[in-house]
Amino acid sequence: MSTLVALARAQAYVDGRAQPIATVRHLHVHDRPFVLIPLAMAGEANAPLAAMVGTAAAVPRLLVVEQPRNRDERFAFAAGLAGHLVPYLESFAGETEAVAVDRGRDVRYRFVDAPQVWVPNPGGVDFLRLFGRSTRFRRVDGDHPVPASVPLLGRWLTFLTGSAEVPGSALLPTAVQALMMHWATGQSGAEDNHLGSLLAWIESGAAAAREAERGPVAGPSTDPDFDNHVLAPLIANSDPGLRKVLHELLLPTWAAMWRALDLLRGLPPGDRVGSRWDGDRDAYSAYVQHLAEDGAPQPRRDGAVAAAARLQRLENAAARYAVQRAFDDPLVMAEYRLSGAAFGGVVTLADPDRVDDTGKRPVLRPRIMVATTETVRVEAGASLTSPARPAQKAKVISVTATATGYDVLLELSGGMGRKLVAEPGSVPLVGETVLLTTLSDAYRPGAAFPEPADTPWTHGGPPPLSTDSSSDSSSDSSSDSSTDSSPDSDDE
Amino acid sequence: MNQIDRLRGSTPAKRHNARTIAALTGNPGCSRRAVLDAAGVDKVALAARVGYPGSFGQSRFALARGNAFEAMLKADDCALLRSVLDVGMVGYQDLGADLDDTLTGRHGRTRELLFSERSALIDHPLLTLDVAGQTVFLEPDLIALRSEGRLRVVEIKSFAIVDGQADAAAVSAAAVQAAVYVLALRALLGDDRVSHEVVLVCPENFSFQPVAVVLDVRKQLSTLRRQLSRLSSVATLIAALPPSVSFDLALPPSALVSSLAAIDARYAPECLSSCEMSVYCREEAAGSTAALGRSVRESLGGIEEVALALDIARGVVSPEPEQAEAATLLRQAARLRAEALGAG
Repeated sequence: MSTLVALARAQAYVDGRAQPIATVRHLHVHDRPFVLIPLAMAGEANAPLAAMVGTAAAVPRLLVVEQPRNRDERFAFAAGLAGHLVPYLESFAGETEAVAVDRGRDVRYRFVDAPQVWVPNPGGVDFLRLFGRSTRFRRVDGDHPVPASVPLLGRWLTFLTGSAEVPGSALLPTAVQALMMHWATGQSGAEDNHLGSLLAWIESGAAAAREAERGPVAGPSTDPDFDNHVLAPLIANSDPGLRKVLHELLLPTWAAMWRALDLLRGLPPGDRVGSRWDGDRDAYSAYVQHLAEDGAPQPRRDGAVAAAARLQRLENAAARYAVQRAFDDPLVMAEYRLSGAAFGGVVTLADPDRVDDTGKRPVLRPRIMVATTETVRVEAGASLTSPARPAQKAKVISVTATATGYDVLLELSGGMGRKLVAEPGSVPLVGETVLLTTLSDAYRPGAAFPEPADTPWTHGGPPPLSTDSSSDSSSDSSSDSSTDSSPDSDDE
Repeated sequence: MNQIDRLRGSTPAKRHNARTIAALTGNPGCSRRAVLDAAGVDKVALAARVGYPGSFGQSRFALARGNAFEAMLKADDCALLRSVLDVGMVGYQDLGADLDDTLTGRHGRTRELLFSERSALIDHPLLTLDVAGQTVFLEPDLIALRSEGRLRVVEIKSFAIVDGQADAAAVSAAAVQAAVYVLALRALLGDDRVSHEVVLVCPENFSFQPVAVVLDVRKQLSTLRRQLSRLSSVATLIAALPPSVSFDLALPPSALVSSLAAIDARYAPECLSSCEMSVYCREEAAGSTAALGRSVRESLGGIEEVALALDIARGVVSPEPEQAEAATLLRQAARLRAEALGAG
């Protein structure tokens, strides 16, 4: 944890109120989100007990499994959830827009909007991931047929939980993580995982948060006391009161989810949030297309090549997300200033018309001197960027210690127009306050992976006939696979 | 022993088990937990008596599933367990069957059986482990499996392994518990006769069919050994306590609170999920940077008090010489935070 966030936590503790740790909102909040609160049955392997779902705060829909260990009821629940969720997910596959690719030589289409499903906490995402795993291979024929919507739900859930692992993706956000990204409370991160408590810190303060701790949990696991004293007798007696009890249990979390959404909507969005949502729309569009064309369920586990490519994409996304947040938000950038990866200062000298004519043709290379009182951990030759002028590079020519800090001499290139005279405003003026950082918002190309025919033996070698991941995605009923003994046998 | 009995008072002693030993090593710096556990104090009752009841129950659904899974494995003379462990027709001996035995008697029979080469599957052995200078009896719900001259610990757990993966917290808890048993078995038989590999038997995927996986617990073993050795000072700690300190639950809560105050606790937010006294300790630790989490404390330069850290950051208190470095960082952070919030 950064010292800035730690300081905010300390302040929150003393003030008894949560403190902001972001000045802008760092994720897209949908106008028509789908809220999903899953509850699991204790002890079982991913058996759903209930879920409260819907797209409007005033209209919560409750799905209940009255006998959680009955597999038919379990799949009836999956079909019920699919009945609500799948139409919502598919409702955005309508209007498209054209996006130029390959520097304008080609064009592809993506949907103008994408779905956004909110769950309370990371546990909810884990539950949905396993629920997707347990439903996406189900057969609509054979011994234990399920409705066609069940495997489709499983594929969608797997898609959503897969994208939840991508840093900066907002297709399946969690309320707890979204709030923790913007507010620091006066308690520990472990305690923040209780949605009611976290929200109380932000809305009303420390005392209310302690009170909320005793309130209902936001799932997916239930409180053991509730299991033993309330749930067990209801299930044992097949009591029709079960629905009402679960409704009352989930309703406070349902309300909290919508209040969390309202809180987040109250923050102004960061400049780069939109471009990340564009990426989410791309992912959604591609998956809609996949379902329309082939529709094969995702493999149980990625093959070695697919896993390597995915890891690379995730690392790239994580780096890009960190930089984008810092560029969008001075409070996040402050963490880099504290560590010396960024510094703020005042321009003391500027030569905006300097032309470097030592090369084949003269180029515009203005120089500026920035005086700073902050720690500077850059060396001559380093390339810096300023969030105010992201297209411009500033090369460090020299760093000189002064009585109050450092004088940094920089040579600028890019972002000043095509002429040998800089466009007005493109070169900082004397007296202007600037921020410079080693972080770069520039495009990062993906790593080059070998052609399938050159796959090294460490990653399975060249494919014999089919690609390596398709063997993993073979359906459950196949008995040739050695590790998957009997995934279809769910009977107890 | 007298002193320990006096600490506990009239209530019967809670026996250590692998879970309490694992938790003990989770926060080895906490003298309070070490003393209360050494004395066998019922911490659930104590916490409730001083007004900070915690919720440490287990769901009966989870218990029922765990029991059903174990019963299924052990049915028909362990038919399913044998097949999943792939051991064939070997002897099975359940030492838990005769409960009228005395502890030492049963421990003796365990020794005898473990030393002999007769059985390959030994259920419910009674083991001992030296914890904080005391001999603790462990009654593990485990099976020792003899293969190739070495014993292996077999742990039966009811969490699911889906596509070769399971809940990380559940697996690591199981590994630490199994390591406690390995340690106890090694104390009895010698290091080379007990394997550092344990077998975890869990339901596979979404079915109830068992699957066995092998876990290497060398890392857990070395952690346990190191932390158990650090616990050895508990006897000294107890001896140094004033005679007024007692956790007899019959005493009024105010007396229990002052007894608790006589022993230092080291609260960290992780305690909330593992220690019955945690809610009380959290209240007591309010205002300390440690209560906000270890990483917060470190990020604030190791300063103990929240208010002091803020005062140093604001520059209203001049830091001690050893806090100078932390103070520079805190002031810088406070300035940057104020600037960013002002600009935003």
